[in-house]
Amino acid sequence: MSLLRVTGLTKRFGTNEVLRSIDLEVRQGERIAILGASGSGKSSLLRCLNFMELPTAGVIELDGQPLGRERRPGERIYRESELTQVRQRIGMVFQQFNLFPHMTAVGNVMEGLRTVRRMPKPAARIRAEAELKRVGLGDKADAYPAHLSGGQKQRVAIARALAMDPEMLLFDEPTSALDPELVGEVLGVIRNLADEGRTMLLVTHELGFAYHVATRVIFLADGTIHESGTPDEVLKNPRQERTRAFLASHKQYSL
Amino acid sequence: MKWDFTSVFANTDALLAGAAGTLRIFAICLVLGLSLGLVVGLGRYARTWWFYLPATAFVEFFRNTPVLVQILWFYFALPMLLPFEISPLMAASLGISLNSAAFSAEIYRAGIQSIDRGQWDGARALGMRWAQAMRRIVLPQAIKRMLPALTNRAIEIFKMTTLASAVAYVELLQQGKLIASLNYNPIEAYTAVAVIFLVFLWPLVQFTYVLERRLKRDE
Amino acid sequence: MAYQWDFTPVLANAPLLAQGLLNTLKVTGTSLVFGLALGLALALLRLSSRRTFAWPAGLVIEVFRTTPPLVQLFWFFFALPLLVGIEMTAFMAAVVTFSIQSAAFFAEVFRGGIVSIERGQWDGARAIGMNHGQALRRIVLPQAVKRMIPAFMERAIELMKTTTLVATISYADLLFAANEIAQKTFRPLETFTVAALIYFVVIFAFSLVARQFERRLAVSGESTVR
Repeated sequence: MSLLRVTGLTKRFGTNEVLRSIDLEVRQGERIAILGASGSGKSSLLRCLNFMELPTAGVIELDGQPLGRERRPGERIYRESELTQVRQRIGMVFQQFNLFPHMTAVGNVMEGLRTVRRMPKPAARIRAEAELKRVGLGDKADAYPAHLSGGQKQRVAIARALAMDPEMLLFDEPTSALDPELVGEVLGVIRNLADEGRTMLLVTHELGFAYHVATRVIFLADGTIHESGTPDEVLKNPRQERTRAFLASHKQYSL
Repeated sequence: MKWDFTSVFANTDALLAGAAGTLRIFAICLVLGLSLGLVVGLGRYARTWWFYLPATAFVEFFRNTPVLVQILWFYFALPMLLPFEISPLMAASLGISLNSAAFSAEIYRAGIQSIDRGQWDGARALGMRWAQAMRRIVLPQAIKRMLPALTNRAIEIFKMTTLASAVAYVELLQQGKLIASLNYNPIEAYTAVAVIFLVFLWPLVQFTYVLERRLKRDE
Repeated sequence: MAYQWDFTPVLANAPLLAQGLLNTLKVTGTSLVFGLALGLALALLRLSSRRTFAWPAGLVIEVFRTTPPLVQLFWFFFALPLLVGIEMTAFMAAVVTFSIQSAAFFAEVFRGGIVSIERGQWDGARAIGMNHGQALRRIVLPQAVKRMIPAFMERAIELMKTTTLVATISYADLLFAANEIAQKTFRPLETFTVAALIYFVVIFAFSLVARQFERRLAVSGESTVR
């Protein structure tokens, strides 16, 4: 059974249609890499899946439950309490980390547990330290984000998402803001999560990483899924002209 | 003309009473002004019209009329609509607090707006509600940036308390007037009042400079 | 029992209010002119490399920014005339107080504007043989003034609001006129409400102009100083 099912997802900003009637199914344990040029709608797609942006039209089902309710045909409304529930189940990691600068690393990881889950402080601390250890930052618990490197910040952000026990993880270009020498440590952490069998969607320009880690690759163009298939199909033998052109222009990220 | 402060020192009691009155109305207006300002500032930031419009009207009205006019309105005009009298302290506190609320509301709004959108994203991605994100993530960071401006506001409030003398509330300037008229020594009396205000406010002003420098360094 | 509003007594005294508004504008305008000139002088002294100039200028600026304007007004009206043995009308005391007081604020705006101009402009001016005064007048100030306009306008608005204090020393500004009318007609609610509205209309209109100006500067990519 699919964990997440998207039907007819459309997103407009004013008159600008960034997603056009997207259908997508994510099964338990799948790892989907989403590729596309800038402006192809890949970030918007990710942000619609945990309702950071509200879809203009379309239905998103989580565990077979359609989210929101239909007010008029084609138009759904969502309650905030429902969306905060969904976001606890679908973790997100951002390009710019979005760590909270006024809290330490462990404070960042504890924050969701404390404020949203209402977990007592000692238990949250134990859990948060374990997550930091998992991303290799057990010794940085009390450091403030300003004193961490970009790679370390992103690993804290991943620990922060993991602490909420998400059923699925969304990565929005997690290495694009990093200096090249720091990309490896973040990709290493994501690969470990893949090996654990976690369900994840990953927007990335790292084609080699996508090829080795993803179970499926989606190429997005003009707000629609232009091509979709196994990494071998999409990255090695693309059928569509635009996919080929995109891959050719990203040669610097070799497979 | 010879300076002679003996008649001022002879009235230390009156000045102390004035200082107590100044500090009392300052404390009232500081608390009321800054807390009401937060509510209005959130309204200025709100997306719902029934919160945004009244907040905006409030800010525009109280920022664009003189505070002394507001105080006199509350003292002379408002009682016509009420079944009870308005004391000088009430009238002056109302005028100064509402005026300060309008100004501090804009400080809060600007401070909240200056926080990067990513901070809201990060908070919401963890499943926080709007109010949780505001309280736990956005406000703590915004307050730090707003601190110099809010301290400046506090200084302005302190200076504004002298306007309460216009409705004969007993504060420092009012007592200065009293001493000057009883002893025919306006030079010494008003100089003394000015010096007392300098003593109160000088450290506060220097403190805002420190805050401003620290903020500049940290950002 | 609902209050019976009646504006006719206020309307009957409209000329008094109009004269009051005129006087308010007179004090504001005069103080603004003196304040700007004095403010520039204070700023230049404060920026001077000689401590004998910079330090006293800094002290004047700080003292007048730190003490309450009403205390300053009382001092200049009641104390100064005795101290130096001159006659001082309420108008004179008001202009002296508000000129110096706004000069202290304008000085900081001038200073902020002048130091916001990058060193290269001074270098460029000196490289073609200008002396300090020429560089300041021809090159730096013209650029700085543009950045300072929003802060100046905001300060001018503050000044107009502050001028209401002259009512406390019985100068016949708009607020004083309103107080007179209220006592004469026993209609304080209507009178003070009308006075507040007049202030609001004048000051709000000026604020809108200032905001429009600031927006236009922002659109043209010009930075501004606070």
